[in-house]
Amino acid sequence: MIDTSTWRKGDVINLTGVVYTARDAAHKRMQEMLERGEELPVDFKGAFIYYAGPTPTKPGQVVGSIGPTTSCRMDKFIEMMPKLGIKGMIGKGPRSESVEKACKKYGLVYCVATGGAGALLSKRVKKCEEVAFQDLGCESIKRLEVDNFPIIVAIDFAK
Amino acid sequence: MKNITTQEISEKVSLALYEACHNLNSCTLNLLKEAHSNEEDITPRTILDQLLENAQIARKEGIPMCQDTGIVTAFVKIGRDVHLEGDIHDAINEGVRDAYEKYYLRKSVADPITRLNTKNNTPAIIHIDIVEGDNLSITLAPKGAGSENMSRLAMLNPTDGIEGIKEFILKAVKEAGGRPCPPIFLGVGIGGNFEKSAEMAKEALMRLNPSSDPTIAKLEAELKDEINKTGIGPMGLGGKTTCLGVFINTFPCHIASLPVAVNIQCHANRHVEVVL
Ligand code: SF4
Repeated sequence: MIDTSTWRKGDVINLTGVVYTARDAAHKRMQEMLERGEELPVDFKGAFIYYAGPTPTKPGQVVGSIGPTTSCRMDKFIEMMPKLGIKGMIGKGPRSESVEKACKKYGLVYCVATGGAGALLSKRVKKCEEVAFQDLGCESIKRLEVDNFPIIVAIDFAK
Repeated sequence: MKNITTQEISEKVSLALYEACHNLNSCTLNLLKEAHSNEEDITPRTILDQLLENAQIARKEGIPMCQDTGIVTAFVKIGRDVHLEGDIHDAINEGVRDAYEKYYLRKSVADPITRLNTKNNTPAIIHIDIVEGDNLSITLAPKGAGSENMSRLAMLNPTDGIEGIKEFILKAVKEAGGRPCPPIFLGVGIGGNFEKSAEMAKEALMRLNPSSDPTIAKLEAELKDEINKTGIGPMGLGGKTTCLGVFINTFPCHIASLPVAVNIQCHANRHVEVVL
């Protein structure tokens, strides 16, 4: 299990582990499911959520171009994050104060990947499997196994 | 009279879109290299390193440099001695459809209200101009939303002058911060009217060289310096490189108005011109 408690803002991390893609539409749908008391189709425990919607996978590729999308659009879903049991979120750009507070409170990290480096980042994905919300196309939830995936810590939860 | 068929246009458009999404132009590449050698801190250097490696992988392995392969804008210049066999809009849209399907590009165009995806990345946004000669030139620019969403337009007071213009532009860049994937390029349209300024801002981004008007070229250079002094840096994480270039187009305007439009372009500076 990855220990994120020692991560500090500005650290350059090469992440090896499990990451799930989810962006606007998937967040909205998960929130609605939780409100209705339904079970989520994915167990996110111990993983990261990556705000990303890749290009279609070409034959012979693991995944298409897969850089981060702007994170602040997902700020309004921050209270749902601790319920998923994730370690943190990966995206690009600044977050609101509420996200900063929630990270400290729930022990989450927010990291940025380099926006527009989708080709490079795709090479660090070793396995990709669509696991939920297939109907959302590029916005579906995909389970990625990443190897040395370069991220920079933007929000830590040091006391 | 030169005859051009819709099929010829579609084929060229499709190829140009592949080129734009996979091969970062050498001018932008050189600017990124220069920026990298300029930076001292680890964070901006790491990011610029990644962008350079990314461009290489995209070109060599045919993976789009960015997953947001955008909505397509086309600036079309039709020579008045050209005869088009068929509708130019259909021809361009057919090229877009073909490229986004064939080259596995992301389809990112939706109805604004229902949000239903059109599933083939059409329609493109097409600006048509009639010019002298018998050439048809089309500049294609697939552009992502991260940078486009940070665009701003203001109807300034004519007496605000150059200082007011600069202030507005700098404010737009600072508000955008790390969101449009800096280092950025800036397209600026000054004058005209409401829609003219916006179109000029977008079209200015199709340039790679400074304005031929020395006064405007000076303003472009000054703005670039001032933006780089903000310290926003690559991805907004701090550094010396925030802006790789400012391009300003101008047009006369009403005595009582001063429209200024700012269109932000990320480092994935994708535009390709085809001439038929
Ligand atoms: S702003 Fe540009 S580089 Fe960043 S994700 Fe959007 S298209 Fe890609």
